[in-house]
Amino acid sequence: MAAELILKADKIGKYFYDPVKFKVLNDISITVNRGEFVTLIGKSGCGKSTLLYILSTMDTAYEGTLTIENNIITGQKNDDLAILRNEKIGFVFQFHYLLPEFSCLKNVMIPALKLGNLPREEIEERAYAKLTLLGLKDQALKLSSKLSGGQQQRVAIARALINDPLIIMGDEPTGNLDSKNSEIVFDTFQQLSHELKQSIIVVTHDNDFAKKSDRIIEMLDGAIIQR
Amino acid sequence: MTNVKYNHHIDSEISFTYIVNQKKLTLVASLGVTLGIAVYVFMSSMTAGFSRSTDASIFKTTPHIRIYKDDEISESLIANHTNDKQLALIVNPKVIPQTDRIINPDDIVVRLKQQQNVTVVSPQVTVSVFYNNGQSLITGAASGVNIEAADKMFNIQSTMVDGKMTDLNTVPNGILLGVGIAAKMSVKPGDHITLTSSRNVVKVMKVTGLFQTKNSVIDKTKSFINISAAQQLLNEGPTYVSDIDVDIADFNSAPVYASKFSALTGYKAEDWESANQTLVAGSAMREIVITGISLSILLVAGFGIYNILNMTISQKINDIAILKAMGFQGKDVIRIFVLQAFIIGLIGLFIGCLLGWINAANVDPVTIFRK
Repeated sequence: MAAELILKADKIGKYFYDPVKFKVLNDISITVNRGEFVTLIGKSGCGKSTLLYILSTMDTAYEGTLTIENNIITGQKNDDLAILRNEKIGFVFQFHYLLPEFSCLKNVMIPALKLGNLPREEIEERAYAKLTLLGLKDQALKLSSKLSGGQQQRVAIARALINDPLIIMGDEPTGNLDSKNSEIVFDTFQQLSHELKQSIIVVTHDNDFAKKSDRIIEMLDGAIIQR
Repeated sequence: MTNVKYNHHIDSEISFTYIVNQKKLTLVASLGVTLGIAVYVFMSSMTAGFSRSTDASIFKTTPHIRIYKDDEISESLIANHTNDKQLALIVNPKVIPQTDRIINPDDIVVRLKQQQNVTVVSPQVTVSVFYNNGQSLITGAASGVNIEAADKMFNIQSTMVDGKMTDLNTVPNGILLGVGIAAKMSVKPGDHITLTSSRNVVKVMKVTGLFQTKNSVIDKTKSFINISAAQQLLNEGPTYVSDIDVDIADFNSAPVYASKFSALTGYKAEDWESANQTLVAGSAMREIVITGISLSILLVAGFGIYNILNMTISQKINDIAILKAMGFQGKDVIRIFVLQAFIIGLIGLFIGCLLGWINAANVDPVTIFRK
């Protein structure tokens, strides 16, 4: 079976203007297939996080074209991009980034409530299922700010999964986790990509984590040096 | 791109969570609005109360519309425009010597009573008199009235401090005196007092009651007597009437009715606003000032909300980033924070109205002009 192309970036270029004009990304072209687990590695400042933000549609100031599921994303309106992110992209930040005033369950539910494809009861059920998957069922009703860092990170992953997105992106999702929690996160990602055929793009500094993934893309000074 | 099947109102849910969780902020912000609204309600109630009390004190002595025979000024006998061949004839304008009586007053009273929205019609005979008791002498005006009609109009009963108002009907030559006159003459109900009219008719009247309008000029000069007694003081017959006072349902439309009654009766009809122009202008200015002050207070309260909202947004900048990453559009985020401000405003409005009302209710019994 031929691999189905999910995400295609063509000659992505990006400049920073402050303090001087500086080309962060130098005509980067990558493709990601359905169900593929890709890690982006490279030294600090090589532009991997910048690339990830462009791929996630949150950064729109770039050159080149981005295609997701055969739709050209480049040049679309912010509001349309928001709808697309809501439905097709799950994002896990480096520092968990939950809404601190809501319970874990509500945090996980919010993207689905926004999407509005399912009734509330069903969303709640699904959120419980995702939290159970990440071993957090008993923490579901606690305020998210009362949880430990590792637990928060896993809640954030559950939240990224709630709408069964096409692509899950992580910016150092294991950056401040201990090895045990890192392993849980990795296993979850692997399971998602292999069993549920969701594509995963993760930026990481952790070489052990990267080695276990399907494909490693290494960057240096705004260019890809190894695929 | 997507067709939304369920609207879970997640935006408002987030707003409510913010409102409940940031209790201190919600409290402070709505307190600003509360104070603004409370002061606004209080000031407005006070202005309304002041105008009402001013109006009430005006209407204790002034009818809504007074109909009387105005003096007429004579005109030149020939048209006073000139051309080369014609000389202008100069005539000194002067008051035409005519009686000031209203002709056929009964018919006019009946016709006025048939008009819509007319509540009271009271024919009157006003006499300039000297009050005289022993050595003391005061000039003043005696109003010859039908006391029931006059009471309906000026609420005389509420101003009575001694004696009985209705005795005017039963006691022949009875008189109701202003307290100022009574004090100077040192008379009390039951005593007698001599009235001398401008037509040099002298009558001894029996004091049946004293009234106090709190307008000292009125209290020192005015008295009420029977209309027939007034006619006798002027050496006139029972058809003589000098004024007809009219009250209407809504005193604010008095100018409209005044011109209407003027056309109806053929006499001058003067509304209370033109009779009390300084008072009306004064209360209009007071209203402008108080409205200006209260509106600026509301404006400050509004800016208070705006400020607090700005603060919240800068505190929640992280949350906004997360929401946007999860697929919330710009307008969703705006809706979250505007709804939050709106609810804070509503809370403030509600408590402010209550507080303003309580304040106004507590100040209501306070009387400033009591002696």
